[in-house]
Amino acid sequence: MRFIFKTSYEQDIRLAKHGGHLFWYGLLAVGLVLAPWLLPEYWLAQLTFVLIYAIAGLGLMLLAGFTGQFSLGHAAFLGVGAYTQAILTNAGWPFPLAMVCAALLAAAVGVVVGLPALRVKGIYLGIATLAFGFIVEEVLARWESLTGGNAGLMAGPPALFGWTIDSSAGFYAICLVTVVLATLGTLNLLRTPTGRAFIAIRDSEISAQSMGIHLARYKTLAFALSAALAGLAGALYAHKLQFLSPDQFNILQSIDLLLLVVIGGLGSVHGAFLGAIFLIAMPQLISLGKDYLPEAIGQAPGLQAVVYGAVLIAFVLFEPMGLYGRWLKVRTWLQLFPFYRQGMFKRQKSFQKSDRLK
Amino acid sequence: MQFVQLVISGVALGCIYGLIALGFVLIYKATETVNFAQGELMMLGAFCGLAGSTLLGFPFWVSVLGTLAAMAVIGVLTERLVIRPILGQPAFSIVMLTIGIGYVARGAITMIPGIGTETHTLPVPYKDEVLKLGELVLSAEQLVVIGVTAVLCALLYALFRFSKLGIAMQATSQNQLAAYYMGIPVKRLNGLVWGLAAVVAAIAGLLLAPITFVYANMGFIGLKAFPAAVVGGFGSLPGAIVGGLVIGVVESLSGFYLPEGFKDTAAYIVVLVMLMVKPNGLFGEKLRKKV
Repeated sequence: MRFIFKTSYEQDIRLAKHGGHLFWYGLLAVGLVLAPWLLPEYWLAQLTFVLIYAIAGLGLMLLAGFTGQFSLGHAAFLGVGAYTQAILTNAGWPFPLAMVCAALLAAAVGVVVGLPALRVKGIYLGIATLAFGFIVEEVLARWESLTGGNAGLMAGPPALFGWTIDSSAGFYAICLVTVVLATLGTLNLLRTPTGRAFIAIRDSEISAQSMGIHLARYKTLAFALSAALAGLAGALYAHKLQFLSPDQFNILQSIDLLLLVVIGGLGSVHGAFLGAIFLIAMPQLISLGKDYLPEAIGQAPGLQAVVYGAVLIAFVLFEPMGLYGRWLKVRTWLQLFPFYRQGMFKRQKSFQKSDRLK
Repeated sequence: MQFVQLVISGVALGCIYGLIALGFVLIYKATETVNFAQGELMMLGAFCGLAGSTLLGFPFWVSVLGTLAAMAVIGVLTERLVIRPILGQPAFSIVMLTIGIGYVARGAITMIPGIGTETHTLPVPYKDEVLKLGELVLSAEQLVVIGVTAVLCALLYALFRFSKLGIAMQATSQNQLAAYYMGIPVKRLNGLVWGLAAVVAAIAGLLLAPITFVYANMGFIGLKAFPAAVVGGFGSLPGAIVGGLVIGVVESLSGFYLPEGFKDTAAYIVVLVMLMVKPNGLFGEKLRKKV
């Protein structure tokens, strides 16, 4: 067992709480850096997708998991980022500059979406973001002079002053650097006053407000940052797929992102990564399992939807903190062995709370 | 004349939106749960009707009644098995749960070999009949949609106004704890509300089936019923129907008078404007959170 005796605020906000963190995250970092040499091409591509989705997941996690505002239209930000990146790099901009622009433009769009969030909350906000997602998808499909409409838009590999990165290992490196920066940025944000304000808003808007937190400003900021991260992920997504069409950014993509944060574990940075791994690994696992199922079930087109839905239901019912919550339980079990008690993580039974008459 | 024609077809479409929105509102009022699977319940209802009248070969009316009964059972079971265990958890997890239910329902229908991936037409006795009133051409499907919606609204009004059950449901939706103290079986009522919402969804599905087709993804129309529920005010039953009519008429008119592309987004533009101008909707109760 490990006891951490905190003696200063410096120690409290340190990112690595103890030597174990340094060791394991160091090992993970080494593994990720060496991945292009260790993994075959196909798995490297999957890992790249995991990293891209993890960035988008971080964005949605910041909004849904830490600020408590939930968005059903996050694919729109992904789409704005992806199209900006594709259009700018096609026009010959160096890719890092285009990525910054993609993130900024997505953030600007996020501010616009955040405006209704100042007046509405809960389910109304969900519907506002849903509506917004549909409108963006339609704009992407109809603004043919810019986006190519439903015929789609080609995006080249990332290029910088005539130097093109077209190997998958090179692109993986770009994604890895972006992910590391995004993660460190998010972790750092969460220990600043801004991040603390987000969490306060999530836990109770009224008490946050009475502590002097400017709700409107922080909610808009949360939307902007979340959208910027999603835009960044979209930019990488454009290079990865090299072909964009509006239906890649529809409601199903938004729900996939929500699935990612819920299954990963709401309110944890780890959750974004675990959820991304789940989202990418699940279709693979399903196609592996298909061969063992009877023909009628294994080959049916709806299998994936059923499995996704069932997994989602199971997580909400039995493990509301997601994969990260499960890991916390396992870790506590190991740390306390043999003293782990049943019910240490038991959810409190509560009366149904009403938003209307509280 | 063309304007009237467009309005009537918009009203017919709006009735469908309104009926789906009615399901949202029923469940929301009673259990504070937003059911994202309402569209999928509608889809299941349409498939039940299809199975009854084509596979099993029942007469139309028998299969309609069978569908309603089957959907009521499905609604009650859904509430009992997955919704009740997590009541009291944050709204977000319940929303995700209902999205999961929607996925499962859609996937399960798609998995039925030979039926799930096809589009079907539901044979109804009033198919392809038209009524000519002067220059107006009214199709029987649209008139049936409007008529059935009106009758259903009257029935629901009577239920909530005069029957003991309906009054108990109202009490539950206003304050669960107080209703429980008064001896109202809140849990059982919540189950019944889900059953009722599933029946309303099934009626919407059966009415929509002759106008469009029956296919696994028809539940996505439920996403357009959200704007309807919001425009009417999420907690108001008449509001849901009025909101549905507004959305339907706006969609029908914008499909004709505005450039292409506005038809599909009109509902969402209306709802965004509504949320900015009047977030509580047309008939919504104005409530604020007190500490």
